[in-house]
Amino acid sequence: MALSPATAVAPGDVLLEVDNLRTYFDTVSGTVRSVDGVSYQVQAGRTLGVVGESGCGKSVTALSILRLVPTPPGRFAGGQIRYRGTDLLSLTEKQMRQIRGNRISMIFQEPMTSLNPVLTVGRQIAETVMVHQKLGRRDAYRRAEEMLRLVQIAEPERRVHEYPYQLSGGMRQRVMIALALACNPEVLIADEPTTALDVTIQAQIIDLLRNLQKTLGMGIVLITHDLGVVAECCDRVAVMYAGRKVEEASVTELFDNPLHPYTRALMGSMPSMNASTQRLAEIPGMVPAPSELGKGCSFAPRCTYATERCRVDAPALASQGADHVVACHEVARVAAQPALQALSSPAHPAALNGVQA
Amino acid sequence: MSALTQQPAPASPLLEVRDLKMHYPGAGGWFKPRRKVIQAVDGVTFNVARGETLALVGESGCGKTTTGKSVLRLIQPTSGSVKLEGEEILALTPEQMRNRRRDMQIIFQDPYASLNPRMTAGDIVGEPLRNYPMPGGRARVDELAWLFGKVGLRAEAMKKFPHEFSGGQRQRLGIARALALRPKLIVCDEPVSALDVSVQAQVINLLMDLQQEMGIAYLFVAHDLAVVRHISHRVAVMYLGRIVEVADRDTLFSQPRHPYTEILLSAVPVPNPHKPAQRKLLQGDPPSPANPPSGCRFHTRCPLAQPICRETQPPLTERPVASATGQQWVACHFR
Amino acid sequence: MSDPSISNAAAPAPAAPILLHEALTAGGRRWRWVRKHPTLIIGLLLLLIVAGLSIAAPWIATHNPITINPLQRLKPPSAQHYFGTDAMGRDVFSRVVWGGRVSLVVAIVVALVATLLGVVLGLLAGFVRWADAIIMRIMDGMMAIPDILLAIALMAVIRASLTTVIIAIAIPQVPRVVRLVRSLALTLREQLYVEAAHAIGTRLPVILHRHVLPNMVTPLVVQATFIAATAVLTEAVLSFLGVGVPAQVPSWGNMMADARNYVAVAFYTILYPGILLAITVLAINLMGDGLRDALDPRLTNQR
Repeated sequence: MALSPATAVAPGDVLLEVDNLRTYFDTVSGTVRSVDGVSYQVQAGRTLGVVGESGCGKSVTALSILRLVPTPPGRFAGGQIRYRGTDLLSLTEKQMRQIRGNRISMIFQEPMTSLNPVLTVGRQIAETVMVHQKLGRRDAYRRAEEMLRLVQIAEPERRVHEYPYQLSGGMRQRVMIALALACNPEVLIADEPTTALDVTIQAQIIDLLRNLQKTLGMGIVLITHDLGVVAECCDRVAVMYAGRKVEEASVTELFDNPLHPYTRALMGSMPSMNASTQRLAEIPGMVPAPSELGKGCSFAPRCTYATERCRVDAPALASQGADHVVACHEVARVAAQPALQALSSPAHPAALNGVQA
Repeated sequence: MSALTQQPAPASPLLEVRDLKMHYPGAGGWFKPRRKVIQAVDGVTFNVARGETLALVGESGCGKTTTGKSVLRLIQPTSGSVKLEGEEILALTPEQMRNRRRDMQIIFQDPYASLNPRMTAGDIVGEPLRNYPMPGGRARVDELAWLFGKVGLRAEAMKKFPHEFSGGQRQRLGIARALALRPKLIVCDEPVSALDVSVQAQVINLLMDLQQEMGIAYLFVAHDLAVVRHISHRVAVMYLGRIVEVADRDTLFSQPRHPYTEILLSAVPVPNPHKPAQRKLLQGDPPSPANPPSGCRFHTRCPLAQPICRETQPPLTERPVASATGQQWVACHFR
Repeated sequence: MSDPSISNAAAPAPAAPILLHEALTAGGRRWRWVRKHPTLIIGLLLLLIVAGLSIAAPWIATHNPITINPLQRLKPPSAQHYFGTDAMGRDVFSRVVWGGRVSLVVAIVVALVATLLGVVLGLLAGFVRWADAIIMRIMDGMMAIPDILLAIALMAVIRASLTTVIIAIAIPQVPRVVRLVRSLALTLREQLYVEAAHAIGTRLPVILHRHVLPNMVTPLVVQATFIAATAVLTEAVLSFLGVGVPAQVPSWGNMMADARNYVAVAFYTILYPGILLAITVLAINLMGDGLRDALDPRLTNQR
């Protein structure tokens, strides 16, 4: 490989730290608190999974890191985003431009709309390299070809001159990854990179990301709603609900011992995690509109463990053992219940040695 | 409105599809005399019994949605046979077909686009009732209220417009509309793909409850294998316009025979961090339906491919299964 | 006049101007909406003024618009003749307000006729495959001929009257509507809720009426206002050229034609009909623009 891993960084070093970030949007109908005090860290060579449903603020957090949030109507109402110690929220736009695509990169969900349809694929990759690394045209195109080879696109010399419409969905997503990694960033933010892809292509892309991380050593933030992807790719997982982080733990700890009622409810409602004879757990009610958040725990209206205290007093994240934080007043009661009984039930057609656990 | 509880009766299938084909004329060029034909569906055969759920799974471009819509004649198939309760529906006149539609309905994937934004929820769900001679007035209002209740919506919701509902609620409206005529078969075209995970659970549970109570058969088109595993009795796997394997649910997921099915199942990410993924990766890119490979369509990416695979298309043949109630049909020369 | 009763009376009861001022600055959704759509409101107001004048013509016209009075010809504007008199001694003001009726009737009826015809043909072209080719080729042919020439040609072969003028102006506008309706029909036909209606057994005419037409109303209304504006202008041109409404019916167009020779000595004879023509066309265009912005679903995010 012609690319070398990021300089002077050891696996496990904290590269990016989101610290109590608050991103609000001012709209006609009030202030929408999309991100309301979220903190997490991204370490070199490790993948952090951010899990939640639509509207929980996981994408807005990622966009905030790169300051891609339109400011009006958005605004950063508090907190810091520290990259290598520097607060990104305090940088000028010019300084941010040197970070985007260069030190911190992002890949998006829809590969077709994220690539410029009227430029060749090679041109798009070469452009970012020319801007950030000051390479000449020929060198830039050579680097583009290298990148395409790195993401396992066959015949990169030919593909470099093709347009996005000539490529399949999976290949476009690889091009996006190539584009994001062209300048050897230290942090890669992947916002639902496989949701729009077929499952076999998804498997290839997940595989690719893991291999690239091993080779290049960047830290990855993987935003997704698919717990299967999380289990395969991530080292740590943060669960978000209505703009806040409600639980964070290492991936094995989270799956073995989910403590927040929302995490449990989420796992209970996924068919992939439950026996086919089990009725799926429904979470009553709906995700609250971001403008409706009150003083108490935002999950209280739908929570089976909710008490009066939960409705008026928003719980803070508290440590619940080795590297596991949960924001819940009733953790003790939740922990007393076994999680996911279905999987160990003898009535389950346990002879299935296929995909599911 | 009585509750029907029926076991699937294999003796008299509700729906019989034989050799269904849907070929689209492709775009020709000024200088190309021969226009390419897009073989979206190329000879699909299956049965659906009363009250059972047959899932059609496959990846994008395999023709599962086209098959689902062709069965209802929302798309006119190029050739083949579709029999509902023994009657050939492809031979019906438009007016006869319109009458038959009372027995076969559809739920769409997109809960936003499938409801007319300018109609109230009550009008949308009640539209099927207005299309056919039925008691009007008080009886219709009662019927609407019953339908809304069945899908878990309050009667007051009838006056609201679609944009006032969430995605999951809109999908319930779509289900209520499909139920209005008491169909025997509902084609579910990826009904939960566009919904959030926790809402998916509600809709899946609802569909299963309705099947239990009313004995409706589902032709469930989907790409999410976890959902399919939860809701289906039998599963048919499609690749590039053809069915490569059909089996009962448990057999398919535990003992898949077709190489594509194996790869497909192994590609689904397992939500268990302790188990490392044992994955068979699919090589290459999916071929285009306009230019399908000869013989067995999967041979260009199949780990078992031999010369015979390029020459002859393997027929869908029955294979012995360990379980007494199971069945399995595979289209492969070697499995 | 120092009348103490007046100052006392003004104090307790809030005067109308104060109420109006409060209403204008009070805020609230309706006023905010009005403030956001100035083009629409201004166009509407102007049009209402012109329409009001024309409708009230029998009452506000100072003289009979057709009576010739050679003794009073080419008199400049005065207290008796607000806009002066023309070459035949007829009061310009009265003719202008009566002429407005012609223009407005033409505008409204042409817009209605062209739209109705266009909708029927457009729906046919959009939904019935074989009719599409035939209809669109005819429309293409019609659009190749400039509107006014076509109108003139039509007027040359039929006897002049208000009705025939309306028909002659409406026909060249039909292709515009057909194109719009056809393209809308083609898009709406692919909508998922139309497919759903088909699946639940709705017949085609009912689909058109329940699902397709209501979603066409907005662009059609906007198109209709522009047709109205064109109609006003076209009628004026036809009358100016002498192939419009019969000469004895006062219309802004033929007023300006008659006044052509007298511009140097009595410019008011051509000025006032011209101003009103310009204001009317401007008003309709502003209203059309404003309507299009106001009804655009992407811009209305109140819901």
